[in-house]
Amino acid sequence: MWRLLQQIKKVGLVSEPKPAPDATMLQRQLQEQVRRVFGRALAIRQVDAGSCNGCELEIHALHNPYYNLEGAGIHFVASPRHADALLVTGPVSRHMAEALRRTYDATPEPKLVIAAGDCAACGGVFGENTCATIGAVANVVPVDVVVRGCPPTPTALLQGILAAISKRASA
Amino acid sequence: MREHFSDLNFETLPGALPALRVAVTAARLVELCRHVRAAGGRLVTLWGEDLRREDSGFRLCVVLEDADDLIAAELPLDAANPTYPDLSEIFPSASRMQRATFDLLGLRTLGGDQRPWLRHGAWPAEVFPLRHDAPALPPSVAHDYPFVRVEGEGVHEVPVGPVHAGTIEPGHFRFSVVGEKVLRLEERFGYTHKGIEKRAEGLDIAAGARLVARVCGDSAAAYAWACAMAIEAVTHTTPPPRALVLRGVLLERERLANHLGDLGGIANDAGFAFGQLQFSRLKEDLLRANEKVWGRRYPMDAIVPGGVCGDIDAEAARILIANMDAIAAEIRALREIYDNHAGLQDRFMSAGTVTPELSARLGMVGLAARGSGGTHDWRNAHALAPYAPMAHAAVSHQSGDVAARVAVRFDEALVSIDLCRQWLAQLPAGAICVPLGAPHAGTLGLGGVEGWRGPVLVAVRLDTGGRIARCHPHDPSWHNWPVLEHAIMDNIVPDFPLINKSFNLAYSGCDL
Repeated sequence: MWRLLQQIKKVGLVSEPKPAPDATMLQRQLQEQVRRVFGRALAIRQVDAGSCNGCELEIHALHNPYYNLEGAGIHFVASPRHADALLVTGPVSRHMAEALRRTYDATPEPKLVIAAGDCAACGGVFGENTCATIGAVANVVPVDVVVRGCPPTPTALLQGILAAISKRASA
Repeated sequence: MREHFSDLNFETLPGALPALRVAVTAARLVELCRHVRAAGGRLVTLWGEDLRREDSGFRLCVVLEDADDLIAAELPLDAANPTYPDLSEIFPSASRMQRATFDLLGLRTLGGDQRPWLRHGAWPAEVFPLRHDAPALPPSVAHDYPFVRVEGEGVHEVPVGPVHAGTIEPGHFRFSVVGEKVLRLEERFGYTHKGIEKRAEGLDIAAGARLVARVCGDSAAAYAWACAMAIEAVTHTTPPPRALVLRGVLLERERLANHLGDLGGIANDAGFAFGQLQFSRLKEDLLRANEKVWGRRYPMDAIVPGGVCGDIDAEAARILIANMDAIAAEIRALREIYDNHAGLQDRFMSAGTVTPELSARLGMVGLAARGSGGTHDWRNAHALAPYAPMAHAAVSHQSGDVAARVAVRFDEALVSIDLCRQWLAQLPAGAICVPLGAPHAGTLGLGGVEGWRGPVLVAVRLDTGGRIARCHPHDPSWHNWPVLEHAIMDNIVPDFPLINKSFNLAYSGCDL
């Protein structure tokens, strides 16, 4: 236990301030919007709809202490029924399309959908409308925000999540 | 080998990997497999090819590995009735590969499990997407998979997935349990099937390599290197020494990144969030150093046929070494905390045990096998440049439980850092990429490296125009997923996430 406490003391706090969704938006305004639209916190359900797992690596990174996602009141939940938003990756494989639709149907309003990664944006290297993939997430469920990248960086993912909130807040 | 099969013509395949090609009959294929198995060798992978346009029916390719070589055995199959002997009696892990080969190409085994594997409902049973005359967009059909039922008083089923509770890849697990105890686990995958092999056909080399690097994102360097090696074999290209060393650095840093992630993730699944926070911080440090040096956090297209993309200078090498020195010191400190944490060790020890005997019998490979007494590692077995023979001691632990798979990761993370330090201290000068030679159409090109999970193999054939005619990427998870079904037996359901994470096998890598 002593070593453990020593390690915690040595490392200290490494969390960084959150990026603004774009140059014009200040973080304070954003946090106000999260509070206005979602009460206190945003709950996200992640759906891998056929990704290579590269995007998942960067989504995991959002939980590390640098990005400290939960510190911003954003957390990942185990069921779509608990979620405000879906974070979807992959060039929607035909074998996951039904599971994605059902997950979307099970998500309560406001049902934000963020399509993360080049595959979710347009099918990526795997293509669209092939014998095994449908391609863009938008071909299967309505999408609010697309985050490009292969894989997208944690900062880009964070900006995408924040952009989805502000888009819905201003609608 | 050759003395036992003097009637067969073993040709040496081109390329860096020591590999032979041999045409076989069905009977000789079975004898060859039995011989390799008896000598302690293993099945690497198998796949099928459609050669009907050349009037040659179909072909089954089986890659075996004995003490010295890879052996690619090729069995011609009849166009009208393509069947071959069931190899899963000899190599249990062949079963799912055979089922996948049927789903994609319609090559059927005589015996063994005949249920579909990769085919769910995206195409009808009589359509085989990898055949050249398959419809581009077959109609989807209703699909019901026949799971094995466990009967008995008090037995019930717990179905999990394909969408899991956490941020992980989709797959289905069917537990048959009594109380909390797992009697049987049956896995059902194929949800992330992206038709990668079909997609690869007709691509130029650059596009093909980009695709193969995305078979499994956490092993991008391993797949890109294996693919580059296969293409270099069939274009008679020798990548420059500096490129090989930089590939080694990329692959070992990929291994390190995954081991750091898993060391945190496994602890987290045992309720020790401190471990997750510490190791995810170290992984982020590593990725940020990657970004400083290569301009990106993950090595998606850093390795290309002919060499690598992006050189590093002395300052970049210094950044990488400083980054890994800092990580090494923290790994040592954290290992002491892990080893001395009674609650953590209580969860790790004797959970999900795979005995060395079971591991050998089922043909487990890679990291997980090295937690069950195995020592096999392509970095030592082939010692292809920049790996030198016996440059690092084989990491191996005997207990076969979660604790052993954690210990392998701790040991291997430090080995990877040592290797990178040695390479970066004396980087060979010169070019980092050379133009590819002329393609040898139709020749089988094999490339393989020890990825962080285990051996990754990529097989490539080019057509006369130098495009990809057939490409088969192989993930080590094919061999280890079936072992997980055994590792969980007699454990309790709540320990499954921990045991599963200690293997951390690929879904996308096998779903293809």
